[in-house]
Amino acid sequence: MTDDSNAAPESDIETAIRENDPALITYITAGDPSLEDTKRYVEALDRGGSDLIELGLPFSEPVAEGATIQAAINRALDAGTTPEGFFELVDDLETEAPLLVMTYYNMILQYGSEPDVRPFVERAAEAGLSGIIVPDLPAEEADPLREACDDHGLDLVFIVAPTTEGERLETIMSQVSGFAYVQARLGTTGARADVSTATHESLERLSEYDVPKAVGFGVSEGDHAAEIVEAGADGVIVGSALIDIVAGSDDPAADLEAKAEELKRGAVRGAESLTVDTEDTPEPEQP
Amino acid sequence: MSTSDPEHNRERDSEATFGDYGGQYVPEALMPALQELEDAYERYVLENEDGFMDEFRERMRDFGGRPTPLQRADRLSERYDREIYLKREDLVHGGAHKLNNALGQVLLSKYMGKERVIAETGAGQHGTATAMAAAHLDMPCEIYMGRTDVNRQRPNVYRMRMNGAEVNPVEAGSGTLKEAINETFRDWATTVETTHYVIGSVVGPHPFPKLVRDFQAVIGREAREQIREKAGRLPDSVVACAGGGSNTMGTFHEFVPDDDVALYAVEAGGSSLGVDEEEGVAPNSATLSTGTDGVLHGAMTKLLQSEEGQIVESHSVSAGLDYAGVGPELANLVETDRVTPVNVDDDAALNGFHRLSNLEGIIPALESSHALGYLEESHDELGDLVVVNVSGRGDKDLETVLEETEKRDLEAAPDVEVFDG
Ligand SMILES: Cc1ncc(COP(=O)(O)O)c(C=O)c1O
Repeated sequence: MTDDSNAAPESDIETAIRENDPALITYITAGDPSLEDTKRYVEALDRGGSDLIELGLPFSEPVAEGATIQAAINRALDAGTTPEGFFELVDDLETEAPLLVMTYYNMILQYGSEPDVRPFVERAAEAGLSGIIVPDLPAEEADPLREACDDHGLDLVFIVAPTTEGERLETIMSQVSGFAYVQARLGTTGARADVSTATHESLERLSEYDVPKAVGFGVSEGDHAAEIVEAGADGVIVGSALIDIVAGSDDPAADLEAKAEELKRGAVRGAESLTVDTEDTPEPEQP
Repeated sequence: MSTSDPEHNRERDSEATFGDYGGQYVPEALMPALQELEDAYERYVLENEDGFMDEFRERMRDFGGRPTPLQRADRLSERYDREIYLKREDLVHGGAHKLNNALGQVLLSKYMGKERVIAETGAGQHGTATAMAAAHLDMPCEIYMGRTDVNRQRPNVYRMRMNGAEVNPVEAGSGTLKEAINETFRDWATTVETTHYVIGSVVGPHPFPKLVRDFQAVIGREAREQIREKAGRLPDSVVACAGGGSNTMGTFHEFVPDDDVALYAVEAGGSSLGVDEEEGVAPNSATLSTGTDGVLHGAMTKLLQSEEGQIVESHSVSAGLDYAGVGPELANLVETDRVTPVNVDDDAALNGFHRLSNLEGIIPALESSHALGYLEESHDELGDLVVVNVSGRGDKDLETVLEETEKRDLEAAPDVEVFDG
């Protein structure tokens, strides 16, 4: 880490993760099945112990998304979800957890009268969002958006993939703001039955960087959360497993709250087993 | 921060973009693969390392059937009272220019040590070319194709299967090229370490637009030499149809520095040039003529999109032109007024199809038929010496053409009733 990034004041997002380590980061798609429902669901996730909440602003071509979130995006678009509707929802929300928007670059560019990232960032800041994640915006293309985010005090969160190594990893880690989104496995989003070994390898590679690391892509259960935190993550990110509840439950708000509690408990259990481990392991004898 | 260093950006701009267009807007997981491809492009394609380009040219000659003829179209020349020459890419193995690129990229993936190739296809023509190249070079191959296109391009689905490729129908959206590309990107994001994505046109993130253009530039290189030989001078204009723009860029690239040669990119005007924002559809795929700037499938380019940035469904009677985006280099050539974007509607393309079949004994692809439709409508503006690229042959389109012709009253059509029974 460079000196100046150590000197930079911690953002809402970084604070939320560091103070709640291990943090639970939850994702749902805004407008699925309606913006009114999303409001209730976000409040439920907040009550359930989310430390940070990502709201998806739907884009018609979500290439980084698996079938679950793709379907949620389609439902949201069919329901007529617009960027302005999305921002009005955020205007209305009062959550303990800071909020981030996750969307694709074209949605950011097109907000306003001509292609430009600034109007979106200005509106996001005004609505009270704390950060932005853009799955199709690698660090190489991010200068304009990062500058706009810096000007408005928003974090621009970057994804670190299992294929990110060497110089690219250095470059990305030097630009991380908020936290590093560690992609647990290759491929698209989607709930999985296990924790990928790529997670452990990625966290290992990142261990020398003093930035909060949160792991997502495939996390669906409290036990996964425990395992990921044990492997060294400061947070876990869960999306598709929550969308499954939105799409399939009779009482999504109650079930989302319960699921958030389960995931948070799992994460805390993972952290506890880490401290137990260190207590159990005697300090090496001084020669 | 190295990337906000202006020096670095300037350097990067010249490599990855064409004016304001291009770039690399993809998930992080794919970035190392794009770097690897860029490196392979520079070494093998630009510098001919290990004799890559020699092998590519030899295979295009022996397996692919190059060079293709530049043929004087006698009856069209008479009809329009000027010299009309046809670049016969319909004679490339597989029946379209698509093999130039597919063979190049499959061979490149061999040189890069990849184990598998994947591709998207609209008309099925790029899928067919990729399947053929993969069989020829002994490479496992999987193709994604929208459900609508699977249904309207059956002969090509059979051909891909015959050549040993797996064909995966994509059910999402309107089941055309855009959805197939999304799905291929998803596969690639999962398998990127062992798999090369053989993108089918001059679209997608850097370096694809340049790589594909360089494999296709053989069209214009041959045409330029051939027209000099046959007519003793460069043409007044060159006309090619534009979907993603690979036959367009391939035909135009060598002519771009020739300021006196007018370049016309003919898009699919579909049934109407308007966009129904309510419905989220454009009954056309005239991206260069009517689109606005935005980011889709890895590049900043011109797009058919709503005011809010949602990509709208496009339409063309020809599956290979039915796409809401277009190559970034072509978008830039239009923006800088070097290429003129024009369009003709479905009817004009169908008439073009029948006219060429009737008058010249060449059954063109419905895509190429758009270029011929434009020739009919606007020959007076094209000068005395005109080259039209016939990007492919129309065998794959016969069913669609019969069906669509029956619905309309087309001046150039034969009596389609006789095809019954
Ligand atoms: C014969 C033919 N021409 C043209 C096209 C359009 O593609 P492009 O604009 O990349 O040449 C296709 C696409 O499938 C095709 O099959």
